[in-house]
Amino acid sequence: MSDVELTPDEVRHVAALARLGLDDAEVERLGRELTSILGHVNTIAQLPIADVPPTTHANPHGDALRPDAARPGAPRAEALANAPDPAPEGFRVPPIGA
Amino acid sequence: MAIDVIGLTAERAAALLRGRACTAEELAQAYLDRIAAVDGEIHSYLHVDPERTLAAAREQDAAGVDGLAGVPIAYKDLLSTRGVPTTAGSRILKGFVPIEDADVVRWGNEAGLVSLGKTNLDEFAMGSSTEHSAYGPTRNPWDPTRVPGGSSGGSAAVVAAGCAPWALGTDTGGSIRQPAAFCGLVGLMPTYGSVSRFGVVAFACSLEQVGPMTLTVRDAALLQQVIARDTDRDATCTGPRAPIEVPEPGRLDGITFGVPRVELEAGVEEGVRARFDESLAIAESLGARLVDVDLPYARHGLAAYYVIAPAEASANLSRFDGVRYGLRVDAPDVRAMYEATRDAGFGAEVKRRIMIGTYALSAGYHDAYYVQAQRVRTLIRRDFDAAFGDVDAILLPTAPSVAFPIGARLDDPLAMYANDIFTLPVNLAGIPALSVPNGLSEGLPTGLQIIGPAHSENLLLRLGAAFEAEHAFDPVPPGLRSAA
Repeated sequence: MSDVELTPDEVRHVAALARLGLDDAEVERLGRELTSILGHVNTIAQLPIADVPPTTHANPHGDALRPDAARPGAPRAEALANAPDPAPEGFRVPPIGA
Repeated sequence: MAIDVIGLTAERAAALLRGRACTAEELAQAYLDRIAAVDGEIHSYLHVDPERTLAAAREQDAAGVDGLAGVPIAYKDLLSTRGVPTTAGSRILKGFVPIEDADVVRWGNEAGLVSLGKTNLDEFAMGSSTEHSAYGPTRNPWDPTRVPGGSSGGSAAVVAAGCAPWALGTDTGGSIRQPAAFCGLVGLMPTYGSVSRFGVVAFACSLEQVGPMTLTVRDAALLQQVIARDTDRDATCTGPRAPIEVPEPGRLDGITFGVPRVELEAGVEEGVRARFDESLAIAESLGARLVDVDLPYARHGLAAYYVIAPAEASANLSRFDGVRYGLRVDAPDVRAMYEATRDAGFGAEVKRRIMIGTYALSAGYHDAYYVQAQRVRTLIRRDFDAAFGDVDAILLPTAPSVAFPIGARLDDPLAMYANDIFTLPVNLAGIPALSVPNGLSEGLPTGLQIIGPAHSENLLLRLGAAFEAEHAFDPVPPGLRSAA
């Protein structure tokens, strides 16, 4: 993993996974920038630490759980108030797969 | 009375209110006047609503309650405020009006704090200079050609410019401490899990905390008292939490400080290093002992951070899809709508981080990047644990440089990221750190970072108060001193 160079096709693949529509100039620029950043990140790739357990978060106390009881949610009108295209009972979206 | 808000601490403001030297409305008006006079140049606020602020102040006057009631405050625009626009510094949330307050805002309201407005930040808190705000950069009140630091640069600038007595920020990799250092303020990043993040627009959930940005260490303690509370709306907010004490300065007999000498050899500006060495001498003169500590994995913190934080960001920011809130760019099908909306709504740095994070989490790379970074995180935590077996706290400069010129690092993401080299290992370890003013280098503030074990906030505040008293630092930028 020491030399990573992202090709334009790889950048487009990652952008598609992230649902980012990039133009050609962005693809070119991000290819360069990600290559440079990942080059630095790769300084940890060679560390011989395969036996070290990964840390996902830093709180040793675990999660705080509240009683599993029903509580009122946001009123529908409030929940829809910020929607770009609200329908009477939900969020309207364009068709899936035109 | 005419109230001079420049350099006015929250503690002093509360005393003025309790002594009936002014009303909360007069105090709020004095800050609003100050904002109107100087914020055109500094650009530290994204949203100010004078009528709303004055109405809240009048409510406090009518209630006539005690404590901090009536003291104004500013909130980083990453904190949700019910009925008040919250943008996270992003185009994608332009016009978004939350339906709930963040817990910390709710508690500020309960304490009677009067909101002056929402402060500028790097988009979604991703940055170290506040230049990545979609609404334009904030300027440093010490030198308007320079950045205030970031991502909580607006919260730092409002306090330094006398446009609020104190403010709340958030810190994911240094975003409270570094702007506090750049603007001559005190900034506290609390222990991971000690402050609720309910209502904080999420960037990297395993790293970020809300904390105070203030003129004095005592103010930081007073504001931490307001926000360090139990909640049932953030599952990560848990564990023991000692009541915060407001510290008095004193000697440091019996205290042992660890100094990571190796870390200091890497790229610290000469003036920053000189001020840091002076603080080491101050520590010894107050009776503290200094010992070298080694944090061998902390030097890999930058690399680990720039896998973990973007990975979490790429997941958190998937919620911005043009469906439930914020911007939508219309397109013939839903996938094209997502892509067009996110391309138009996110700025360059946010896209960079989403791309890094998505790449690091994608099939074939997950173990090599993400899991490896999490292993480094374990080793960084162990480094700190081992050090705290021998020392009470660790001292480092908050940032390796003073505030840099606007534009200087925009084209070099790695140079921008490197400014957080002394702060982000602390987030990876989940431990608290306090930045206190550490004197000037070339006329610009530097910061001393005091890092302690989990839940050592009271110790850090006491140590900070000792350095603060010795430095006798004037937190008012010279250009503003005559403005009164």
